[in-house]
Amino acid sequence: MIDSSIPEGGDQATLSPVVSLSGVSVAYGSNVVLTDVTLDFFAGRITALLGANGAGKSTLIKALSGANPRYSGDISIEGTLLHLSSPVLAKAHGISTVHQKVADGIVPGLSIAENVMLDDLANASRHPLRNAKQSLLDARAALATLGLDWPDSLLVQDAARLSISDAQLLVLARALRGTPRLLILDEPTSALTAAEAERLFTVLRSLRDTGLSIVYVSHRFGEIEALADRVVVLRDGVVQHNSERPFAWNAILHDMLGRATELEQTRVDVRRGHDVVAHVSGVPLLPAAPPLDLEVRTGEVLGILGLIGAGKTELAELLAGLARPASGSLSLGGEPYAPKRPSDALRRGVVLVPEDRQRQALLPGWSVAHNISIPFLKLSSALGTLRGAREISRAQQVIDSLGVVTAGPSASIDDLSGGNQQKVVVGRWLSAEPRLALLDEPFRGVDISARREIGDRLKDLVAAGDAAAVVLSSDIDEILEVADRIIVLVAGAIELDAYADETDRASIVGAFLGARTRDHSAVPPEGHPK
Amino acid sequence: MTSAPLSPTTASFAERGAAFVVRWGFIAVTVALIAYFVITEPNFRTLDNVFGMLKFIAPTAIAGLGVMLAITVGGIDLSVGASAGFAVSIAAWTMVIGNQVGGVAIGVVLLGGLLIGGLNAFLIVVARIPDLLATLATSFVIVGLKLLIVDGKSISSQMSLADGSTAPGKFTADYLWLDRGSLGPVPIPVIIFVAITALLWFILEHTRWGRALYAVGANAEAARLAGIRVQLYRTVAYMGCGLLASIAGLLLGARIGQGDVSAGNSLLLDAVAVALVGVSVLGIGRPNAWGTALGAILIAVMVTGFTMVGLPYYAQDFGKGIVLLIALLFSFTFSRRRTVVTAGSTTSS
Repeated sequence: MIDSSIPEGGDQATLSPVVSLSGVSVAYGSNVVLTDVTLDFFAGRITALLGANGAGKSTLIKALSGANPRYSGDISIEGTLLHLSSPVLAKAHGISTVHQKVADGIVPGLSIAENVMLDDLANASRHPLRNAKQSLLDARAALATLGLDWPDSLLVQDAARLSISDAQLLVLARALRGTPRLLILDEPTSALTAAEAERLFTVLRSLRDTGLSIVYVSHRFGEIEALADRVVVLRDGVVQHNSERPFAWNAILHDMLGRATELEQTRVDVRRGHDVVAHVSGVPLLPAAPPLDLEVRTGEVLGILGLIGAGKTELAELLAGLARPASGSLSLGGEPYAPKRPSDALRRGVVLVPEDRQRQALLPGWSVAHNISIPFLKLSSALGTLRGAREISRAQQVIDSLGVVTAGPSASIDDLSGGNQQKVVVGRWLSAEPRLALLDEPFRGVDISARREIGDRLKDLVAAGDAAAVVLSSDIDEILEVADRIIVLVAGAIELDAYADETDRASIVGAFLGARTRDHSAVPPEGHPK
Repeated sequence: MTSAPLSPTTASFAERGAAFVVRWGFIAVTVALIAYFVITEPNFRTLDNVFGMLKFIAPTAIAGLGVMLAITVGGIDLSVGASAGFAVSIAAWTMVIGNQVGGVAIGVVLLGGLLIGGLNAFLIVVARIPDLLATLATSFVIVGLKLLIVDGKSISSQMSLADGSTAPGKFTADYLWLDRGSLGPVPIPVIIFVAITALLWFILEHTRWGRALYAVGANAEAARLAGIRVQLYRTVAYMGCGLLASIAGLLLGARIGQGDVSAGNSLLLDAVAVALVGVSVLGIGRPNAWGTALGAILIAVMVTGFTMVGLPYYAQDFGKGIVLLIALLFSFTFSRRRTVVTAGSTTSS
């Protein structure tokens, strides 16, 4: 059962680790977020790092990448004890990090070649004059390590024009310059389509075979099963699990969540909706896509599965009044529906939990109660004067119904973990008692317990019979867990529409793949998808 | 469980100490300054001086409240000085050249302030020019327009005109009452200053419109998705700012008693400083009306005190600059230094 790429006789006791952590702890003030972590990372191995939100994954990565020099304990590289006091120092010693937000790693306005060579700008030993020809050559060499053969005409273009997956590869190529010993990847596939992710995996496997040690952070078990040689699970800042292949997933999940969890929940209660609450007729979701017809029914949770660029967000924005149909029409409750702005949608009982919690939903520094009441200021006031008690009671209801872990309605939203912030956002919108609730990637970066809680509330919402919920996601497990009816969306077209008990994972995957072989040009639009 | 809060709920002693300093530091400095001047300068502790100081600072404070409105929606307005100066000259022109009474001049000036605010809002909200650049450009336009209207001259009562005749009008008593009048012992500018502060405080803290303004500043996209008409609120904030700047100009004009073309020149920096000090002064960490008023009072105390102890006028700017710097340190460096954990990236806020 041992992966073929692991060197024969590669017994851990005889191999010396590339990077070794011993008793590493990190505390922010009195808050200890990483406790006594002892780990070894070996050459030619991919170590998957798992953990729920707030488990300490990011903290560990920050310490390893030099971004947080205030750790205690020892980190040694190839046997030499070092204090990783800065990202530059960590990189100089062969620890290279690709952070989750690809866009943060790209400098718009600089060419692709210059972005590949970005680290040279901070390198004092380099010649201060930039030689365009040389930098093209260097960039091409760097990209060649990933097997990328981008022409010069592309390399001189503004890097902001790259699609997100190409930008991901660019950042990776940059990280691989100077031949690192340890490569850290933080959720590298979170913005990639399945095909793009597969391309990345091929690259990572060949890098591993050259002897690179890779730390791979992900929420996606499937990827880890396909890729990793070892799984390390963090919970509450402590290493709970550290095992080699074959992976015992139930044990891993148990250690991650601290309770027994079935990986695959058996669905016994698939609801079938009755009345059509919203009707999309003849609306193309993407510029090149065919007109789409779609019915959303009350009394069921509709899961729309699609990758980035499939038109999910476009569909949600259409229904929530953020965008207008290019052609065709919408109806809601049997009446024409043409919202001009989100407030129109809200008035008609349509709410949207947007994709990006930080950017589109949260009011930083505000209390939980004020974050929840923001769409309901009219209801929370009398003659325009706000009534604090109404805001508090609405917030308390949300906290109770979703099990939000917080000090109370007056606590700052910044003090909540990501999963609890998401519960607040979902609870905010469900407290509107909507007729149609749209949730765009509601489980992104959310741990399983929060996911369950949110899923249960959606079921409660539709169980009453006169409301519908639509969950849009690119994760098949999330959809299988929460949806009564499943639609697979590929490049703006419906490839599958079935109730959960009429289909299975294989058919759903088949719908994806069938569509992909027919439509090979299904690439995300230029620039950064939202 | 796995979803416990990441940040400490029980702050360490040092953190609580820092929070205490942030919250009370400015007030302590103001009180200490007042105490010092009260002890060393007998004239300082008279009621006349107290009202004098408040009256002196009223135009700055009111323009600062305007800037505060712009900051509330996440913007800034650098045209308040120009707008106030415009108001001074237009009020004078309406009365002296146009031979109108003060009430008409006040109406014209307030309308002008709203128009300037509307122009700023149009450039920022519709034409999408960055606020800093848009209001910098409009302030040039406003100053230039003012100079064109008054032929580059200060306008005073009984001035002689280009054709050799004497100007028909004068600064009327009802207009001058804005500066010289009082209710009981309280000068009119102080009443206007306090009334506007209280009104803005009430709107911002206790009405849904105020909450919406803050939401636009905190996260415009989230506010839009929550059904708030973001463009509308931003427009209202800039128009409010223009209106407040013109009120500041009215008070300034009534104080000077003539249409001084250089009036308002020094107002901008003071107004912006006062609004920024207001963000930090009570440790609230966001623009607020009483904080802005307190910031203005601190500057008034400082300037008056400096003058009384015989420091040269040019020492005042140095003092103001230091106060502003300290306020910015409190706002950006020492306040709630909390690590916001977002997936993959960390920012201190």
